[in-house]
Amino acid sequence: MSFIEVKDLVIEFTKIDDEGNEVPGKKAVDGVSLNIDKGSFVAVVGMNGSGKSTLAKSLNGLLLPTAGSVVVDGFDTRDEDHIWDVRSRVGMVFQNPDNQIVSSIVEDDVAFGPENLGIEPDEIRRRVDDALKHVGMYDQKDKGAHMLSGGQKQRIAIAGAIAMRPQCIVFDEPTAMLDPKGRARVMSIIKDLNAEGITCILITHFMSEAEQADRIIVMKDGKVIGDRTPAELFSDIPFVESAGLELPPAIELRKMAGLPGNLSTAAEIAEHIAASR
Amino acid sequence: MIRDITLGQYYPGKSVIHRLDARTKIIATLVYIVSLFIVNNFWGFLIAGVGLAVVIALSKVPVKFIFRGLTAIFIIIIFTVVINIFMTEGRIIWQWKFLHITVEGLSRAGFMAVRLVLLIIGSSMMTLCTKPIELTDGLEKLLKPLSKIGLPSHEIALMMTIALRFIPTLMEETDKIIKAQQARGADFESGNIIQRVKSLIPILIPLFVSSFRIAQDLALAMEARCYHGGSGRTRMNEIHFHRGDAVAAVVMVLFLAVIIASRYIPALF
Amino acid sequence: MSIRVKDLTYVYNPGMPGETKALDGVSLDVEDGTVLGIIGHTGSGKSTLLQHLNGLIKPDSGEIYIGDVCITSGDVKMTEIRRRVGLVFQYPEYQLFEETVAKDVAFGPRNLGLSDEEIDRRVKVAIAMVGLDYDEIAEVSPFDLSGGMKRRVAIAGVIAMEPEILILDEPTAGLDPAAHRDILSMVRRIHDEMKITLIFVSHNMGDVAEMSDRVIVMSEGRIAFDGTPREVFSHATELSEMGLSVPPAREIVEQIKAKAKDFESDALTLDEAAADIREYLEAARG
Repeated sequence: MSFIEVKDLVIEFTKIDDEGNEVPGKKAVDGVSLNIDKGSFVAVVGMNGSGKSTLAKSLNGLLLPTAGSVVVDGFDTRDEDHIWDVRSRVGMVFQNPDNQIVSSIVEDDVAFGPENLGIEPDEIRRRVDDALKHVGMYDQKDKGAHMLSGGQKQRIAIAGAIAMRPQCIVFDEPTAMLDPKGRARVMSIIKDLNAEGITCILITHFMSEAEQADRIIVMKDGKVIGDRTPAELFSDIPFVESAGLELPPAIELRKMAGLPGNLSTAAEIAEHIAASR
Repeated sequence: MIRDITLGQYYPGKSVIHRLDARTKIIATLVYIVSLFIVNNFWGFLIAGVGLAVVIALSKVPVKFIFRGLTAIFIIIIFTVVINIFMTEGRIIWQWKFLHITVEGLSRAGFMAVRLVLLIIGSSMMTLCTKPIELTDGLEKLLKPLSKIGLPSHEIALMMTIALRFIPTLMEETDKIIKAQQARGADFESGNIIQRVKSLIPILIPLFVSSFRIAQDLALAMEARCYHGGSGRTRMNEIHFHRGDAVAAVVMVLFLAVIIASRYIPALF
Repeated sequence: MSIRVKDLTYVYNPGMPGETKALDGVSLDVEDGTVLGIIGHTGSGKSTLLQHLNGLIKPDSGEIYIGDVCITSGDVKMTEIRRRVGLVFQYPEYQLFEETVAKDVAFGPRNLGLSDEEIDRRVKVAIAMVGLDYDEIAEVSPFDLSGGMKRRVAIAGVIAMEPEILILDEPTAGLDPAAHRDILSMVRRIHDEMKITLIFVSHNMGDVAEMSDRVIVMSEGRIAFDGTPREVFSHATELSEMGLSVPPAREIVEQIKAKAKDFESDALTLDEAAADIREYLEAARG
């Protein structure tokens, strides 16, 4: 059994028509089935409006299925009695670093999740310190959140998720609003967490980030149109372009320079060129 | 600018004042505010001022930092002073057309100014020396008995936590929007009152939109972190009364007594 | 229109615990018609510099000339500066407020006190300039548009003021790859058609290399490097110490050079890199 099992998921937003009645709106997610294994690192990519963010929010029950189901570690997200079991297993980090920090002081914010779970004070302290060390923000635990840079705030948000000791963290475009330094730092934290066995699901627009995952899920118009390893995906250039995605720079260069299709990283290209002499 | 207001800001520290229980500080602040309205002469203000100075010294918060908060409120103080100087009837010492200054006016204006300054510094001492989360926890506990009659103490405390957290964010947002509209040639500084009020629309609408966006994001983030109301919640730092709080309580009672007594010291004027 | 910045200094929170020198003796000359890219990480002083250029912030010391007008002297009219220098902030879509797109775009020109006909003309030109269809969009609420469209409308609002210098602070931040490409080509078209000086801040080194005639690197309130993209991006080590990087094409080229010793390339864009690789491989075969 996989850790997360999504089956025939449909998420439809209702809208209010001119007469004030609720009418069915767009199907943001339209018949998605996929399994996510424990400990894996999965990237979800697609254009704006492809449904990737909606899918992400359904993985911990923030959005509930209109049809189909999402089962996390045996718990159905529609089962109200176990919604906290789902959310404590699947943490989430959002795009805007500013809008997800609840408390003014760094360590109090990280404690927010464990406090909601009703954990003992001493244990919360341990978890908060541990989570802050994980993201390299332990030295700043007494600081005001508004004094931090965007990248630092995002690390606090990640610490807030880690402190709940989840088995999986969903990152919903965590680097979209950061500068290159902040972006690199967040990516290295995600990879460390995955190496420690936490299942990571990364929603992103940056192919250079997606290619670091074990598996890339491509979405378009609410449907999964591709589910491949990075190497498989980026060897199929017409498909990537039809999905409205960008090619990672090395692949773009391979295409432009007419190099063989099996090269997918800068290092491989360098080897190929050196060997051709 | 508005960002300079220190009211509501926290100044990290480990002083005696910082370590007091938040409830003690909330009550002490209330007592202090009440005492400022009991005071009716110079001696009383002197005692209140010295008391506050002692607290500031103990708190180790730089005086400069505290006074920065006053600059924005300075306008209100000047306004109050001017109104009091010219509007109070009594022994006239200067007159020009309908304007006059009286002895009573001067002393009342002086008292008013001192009272406001002490009030603002006094209450900012509470927020400067108490972590926002402790402050709201303290408030929640103080209000707890009232939850029996239906007062949502947890929700009030949480609202305060979020308000304190997002004041700087919204200030920044406002600053950004003002500058963006100024870059499009918006003028907020000239014109009559109606034009000025109208010129606020390009600021207020984006600000409302931003606030709703923030609220929506925050609600999702809180739900994702298993927030489900106050029941079953624990705290990382439970607040407890210590010996210091007992000492503080005694000091405050003595202070209040001295302030009341000061009313009977003959006035200087 | 040219820009001349002389010894600009600006301090945040002077005399306070949070005192920071946001700008520390910045001098800069920008010729008319230049595309100037600015890079630097958060807090390096980029945004503070941009806000000085249209008078939103007054420097503690130093002078700024736009054309031959000194905008740091006391007697200059602010509307005059705003007309000459258009500043598009980060996430400019958050400043939209009117009921319709046309009204929102008209906000700037109206503040300049132009006639109704002139405002109408400018709104139409500006909306076309950002690649939108006036007839389709003019009466639509800006709040009903997609993220990329909102951003175009916001940029049109600044363009409608017909500035001679256009400054964009991270115009592509937070957009998906398709919208990113669209905005970049739109910015380039605006520069070419309006024949203006263009200054833009970006974290995307590839974009900076491709778009700019000249690049400045800000670090700790100073200009660390100033030159053509090729000159600036030759300082790979120093840039990485500042938390910045070189364009991806240059990174790949460096890796190739490390393996194939006789491969020569100073490519900054993927196009250039591809051409150098083809040439090298052909020489190897031939």
